[in-house]
Amino acid sequence: MKSDHAVVLKDVSFSYNRGLVLDNVSLRVKNKDFATIVGPNGGGKTTLLKLLLGLLKPDSGTVEILGRSPEKSRLKLGYMPQYSHLDMQFPVTVMDVALMGRLGSNFWGRYSKQDRIEAEKALEEVDLKEHTNNHFSQLSGGQKQRVLIARALCSDPELLLLDEPTSNVDQESELALFSILKELNHRMTILLVSHDLGFTSQVVKSVICVNRKIKIHPTTTMDGTLIKDIYGGDLKMIRHDHRCTEEGHYHD
Amino acid sequence: MIDFFHALADPDLAFLRNAFIVGIFASISFGVIGTYVVTKRISYLAGAISHSAFGGIGAALYLNTVLGLSFIQPIHGAIVSALGAAVITGLVSLYAKEREDTVIGAIWAVGMAAGLLFIDLTPGYFEISSFLFGDILLISSHDITMVICLDTVILLTSVLFFNKLLAVCFDDEYATLRGVNASRYYILLLCLTALTVVLLVRIVGIVMVIALLTLPPAVAGKFTSSMGKMMVLSVFFCMVFNGIGLGVSYSMGLSTGPVIIVIAGVTYLGVISLKRIKALVKSS
Repeated sequence: MKSDHAVVLKDVSFSYNRGLVLDNVSLRVKNKDFATIVGPNGGGKTTLLKLLLGLLKPDSGTVEILGRSPEKSRLKLGYMPQYSHLDMQFPVTVMDVALMGRLGSNFWGRYSKQDRIEAEKALEEVDLKEHTNNHFSQLSGGQKQRVLIARALCSDPELLLLDEPTSNVDQESELALFSILKELNHRMTILLVSHDLGFTSQVVKSVICVNRKIKIHPTTTMDGTLIKDIYGGDLKMIRHDHRCTEEGHYHD
Repeated sequence: MIDFFHALADPDLAFLRNAFIVGIFASISFGVIGTYVVTKRISYLAGAISHSAFGGIGAALYLNTVLGLSFIQPIHGAIVSALGAAVITGLVSLYAKEREDTVIGAIWAVGMAAGLLFIDLTPGYFEISSFLFGDILLISSHDITMVICLDTVILLTSVLFFNKLLAVCFDDEYATLRGVNASRYYILLLCLTALTVVLLVRIVGIVMVIALLTLPPAVAGKFTSSMGKMMVLSVFFCMVFNGIGLGVSYSMGLSTGPVIIVIAGVTYLGVISLKRIKALVKSS
């Protein structure tokens, strides 16, 4: 039976040694949603993502991804980590990295012709086809992020999770990235962690605020109270949403 | 150097030929596994594993002499204790909430200490330095058989699981998400490292063997950016270091292990200096 929700969290709590990070939170993300997870540093964004991926286990409560446990749905998840934790001197080509997304189907981990075709297709989708045989470390920050997206895509995921895809990239790469994501959203649910609220409001359908508790807002209600919720203080919001009128709105 | 080639063919100098063959065959495993060790940045773990092989050498001498288990040779002890140390360091670095380097340093020293104590308890005199720094006079045709067997195991495993090992080394978290048991492959890699290290204990000894595991890939890494090519080049460099080292040490009457290591070290320094100079010339 297929659930209409890609993500269902029920009464989830999680703590590290230093204390409670997520306090009895519940969350539902619909299929084909494009949601962004925002909140202050240390508020539990990355923890939430790792719970969704099944890399962490909740102390209490349940996590359901695509109607099953995160471990069982694992192969249907696409995940783009931050590239900063990767070793930049590691001898791999762009193709090598993309192909890693095709692992998991067989015991020896051999890649078939089909795997190579899928990896090439994914690289083409993120506009990196001409870099296929380049060394991973030679790419710019934005290109590295896109290789990691291609790696996530070539497993044909139903849910795509991205960890701060807009950090360390310039404005132009960021725009390119979001136009790719917008396209992908037609066929998969997208959840991304971001610290950049102003930008997300243009493409994102809903905002999940994490700061020990979770609050969900449709993007239409973006206003001062939301910002206060997230950052816990009155801040001035800079409006740079005038582009919306040209491209149409993506609000629910 | 010409005498060296004559010596290799001399039937009275079988040990020299054996050492040469062992060096060439062992280089295959050293190049392949060394590349994993260098790119995954676990040479410190590999150091601990190789040093704790001494514990097994001591234990084997004890079992052999005191308990009369004559089929147990020092090399068998080295294999068992290196594998044991590989599993323990692997588990510690994955799961223990301890400072990893502290525990690894401890395994390193405790392994050696255990070996020395076993040797103290064993009556008779043993040339400890032949295990620590290598001694080619002790190499027999039995060693060649063992090197070829271990080579086969190491090569088959690391080549057949190449993609999975590569994914685990590059990004273990992501490999886990693709259904690869990253911890299991990490420990497998450490076990392969343990087996590899043991291969050249006879020639370069357990103290210096770590350099022969890391220097050939370090040199190879300066010429290529693909993991597969890096392995092939490392195998080549390792063979060259072993071959030339043996030749030079024979011609000049020096200890083989140190000569091999010095040649490897000097080559590495030479290569990085040349690269630097080239870059400077280009930019000026």
